[in-house]
Amino acid sequence: MFKILKYSFYDLMRSKWSYFYFLFYLLLGFLLLFLNNDVSKGIITLLNIVVVLVPLIGTIFGIMYFYNAREFTTLLLAQPIKRSHIFLGQFLGVGGSLTLCLVLGLGIPFVLYGLLRSGAIWDFSLLLVVGACLTLIFTALAFNVALGNTNRIKGFGYAVLLWLFLAIVYDGLFLLSLLIFEEYPLDTYALIGSMANPIDLSRILILLKLDISVLLGYTGAVFKSFFGTSKGLIIALIILVLWIVIPVRLMVWQGNKKDF
Amino acid sequence: MSYKWAIGCILFGIAFVQAETIRVCSSCTYTSIKDAVLIAKPYDTVLVENGIYKEINIWIDKPLTLEGLDLPVIDGEDRGEIITIVSDDVQLSGFLIRNVGTSYTADYAAVRVIKSKNFTIENLQLEQLFFGIYLEKSDHGKVINNRIIGDAVEEFNSGNGIHLWYSNHVEVLNNRIEKVRDGIYLEFSDNILIRNNKSLNNVRYGLHFMFSNEDSYEENLFENNGAGVAVMFSKNIRMTDNTFRNNWGPTSYGLLLKEIYDAEIKNNRFIKNTIGINVEGSNRIRYQQNDFINNGWALKVTGGCYSNMFEENNFLSNSFDISYNGQLNDNKFDGNYWSNYTGYDLDKDGIGDVPYRPVKLFSYIVNRTPETIILLRSLFMDLINFSERVSPVFTPDNLIDARPQMQQI
Repeated sequence: MFKILKYSFYDLMRSKWSYFYFLFYLLLGFLLLFLNNDVSKGIITLLNIVVVLVPLIGTIFGIMYFYNAREFTTLLLAQPIKRSHIFLGQFLGVGGSLTLCLVLGLGIPFVLYGLLRSGAIWDFSLLLVVGACLTLIFTALAFNVALGNTNRIKGFGYAVLLWLFLAIVYDGLFLLSLLIFEEYPLDTYALIGSMANPIDLSRILILLKLDISVLLGYTGAVFKSFFGTSKGLIIALIILVLWIVIPVRLMVWQGNKKDF
Repeated sequence: MSYKWAIGCILFGIAFVQAETIRVCSSCTYTSIKDAVLIAKPYDTVLVENGIYKEINIWIDKPLTLEGLDLPVIDGEDRGEIITIVSDDVQLSGFLIRNVGTSYTADYAAVRVIKSKNFTIENLQLEQLFFGIYLEKSDHGKVINNRIIGDAVEEFNSGNGIHLWYSNHVEVLNNRIEKVRDGIYLEFSDNILIRNNKSLNNVRYGLHFMFSNEDSYEENLFENNGAGVAVMFSKNIRMTDNTFRNNWGPTSYGLLLKEIYDAEIKNNRFIKNTIGINVEGSNRIRYQQNDFINNGWALKVTGGCYSNMFEENNFLSNSFDISYNGQLNDNKFDGNYWSNYTGYDLDKDGIGDVPYRPVKLFSYIVNRTPETIILLRSLFMDLINFSERVSPVFTPDNLIDARPQMQQI
């Protein structure tokens, strides 16, 4: 497994797309800090980028890599290697290299602009952890889509649709349901509904740090016990990890039973 | 004429010479403060040395200076009121007063002043109290440098730190008040100056005005109270250079205005409150040069507000800048700096060329269904906020800042 991981990882590290991704974040980080010159304000802007762009790039990279490495995968399958090791190795290779690009690309400018001396370091680390989780989640989801569709165009389309659904459409439907049932007690439903989508979940995790004043202003006791204590942070992190584990298990299971 | 003055001088001199100092300590002639006060003549000084005095109902009915040396302790043992002042020209300073009795029928206070003038209450420390310093129909006094630390948990069985009732021309300076019901409470009290106090962790309000006019408070800090300051049914209040910080909770405001007329709110800082200022039925108020930083809502304006001016304020990184119910009326937003402003300034005059709309559609939705707050800062919300900004349907379309500043003020 580690050999395959190593191979995928180095393969991706040499590819120009990884450099492009890395340089994009590097530039973005410097630009944000140059325009704002305020580390904590830069983090609010980064929030939007992390919860929208990181999943998109994870999805596209994942699906592109899987289809491109298809012949190589078929070759590997002929070797005496466990199937789960092949797919896990490839998944970790893609996810790992993307995470590395993200962490370094955003980390370097912020460290240079005095992050270590500012109080925002924990908010920033949380942002990076959430970004890494989102990368892994959406790479795993993309692998699932790719394993389910032999047709590249179809697979690509489904993957992008999946991203679009989770990033935008889900929130729209969610809002609509909240407005329709506004007469009923909604706080538990609202919390569960936002846990069911990794993008919403990540957003809330970061909001716990940034907009705590308005979140605590809401009257519901459920919200208060969730947002007001560290319980909320811990539960959200656990569910985020579950969001990685379940698609990965699904991917391994699909890979094992698929007829190549 | 001049001999009258001379006689006046001599009489004053005699009075001055005759003023005696009476000492109280465990080995002195007087071992109880009460006895010493009883025996003292007008304008005497009663000097109390360090020790613990278990006394209540010390009744001061003549002009007197009652002073503690090295912070003597007066312990009320929860039995009732401790010091009551019913005479003009009393000066009280340097005591630690603790264990005031709690009663549901009488408002026991550590120090009560009744119908007196020219009092000074200074350098006291009050602990385990019901009411702290209670001024009743008393004018022209000073309350300076006191530390009041209560243990209030509920509103119904706790009292206020400094309580003014029908008292005018009082100065409340440099006090620190913690964990009581209302830090400072004013009812029917006019021309009060409240400066440089710290009011923290109180159950209800840091400072509370009811039916009090012509007052001003400046350079105070209000932190972590049920709500920072509540100003209700009052006229001509000046609020300048105060800091309102970390007042969190469902009904928590930095500043609550209800039925206020002709006030001035200038140079204050509102940081991390659930709602920076909550305005209800208030007219002719000028909001100038305030900073609203990291609040949930910087301003919440509800119903029946007329002729208010919001000028040259900084709105920085608030989750929502303004929530607005009803019509704009003739309120005006002009020349503020909004960190959420995304316009441009082509003619480089420091004023954005596109007007800013401070009310977002999302803020309107959250007002209707509070649970939707969970969608804060989501991409979908940004999209519908944007479309609402382009063509306003739900938010009042004349609520704009026509001259948004490009630089922080």
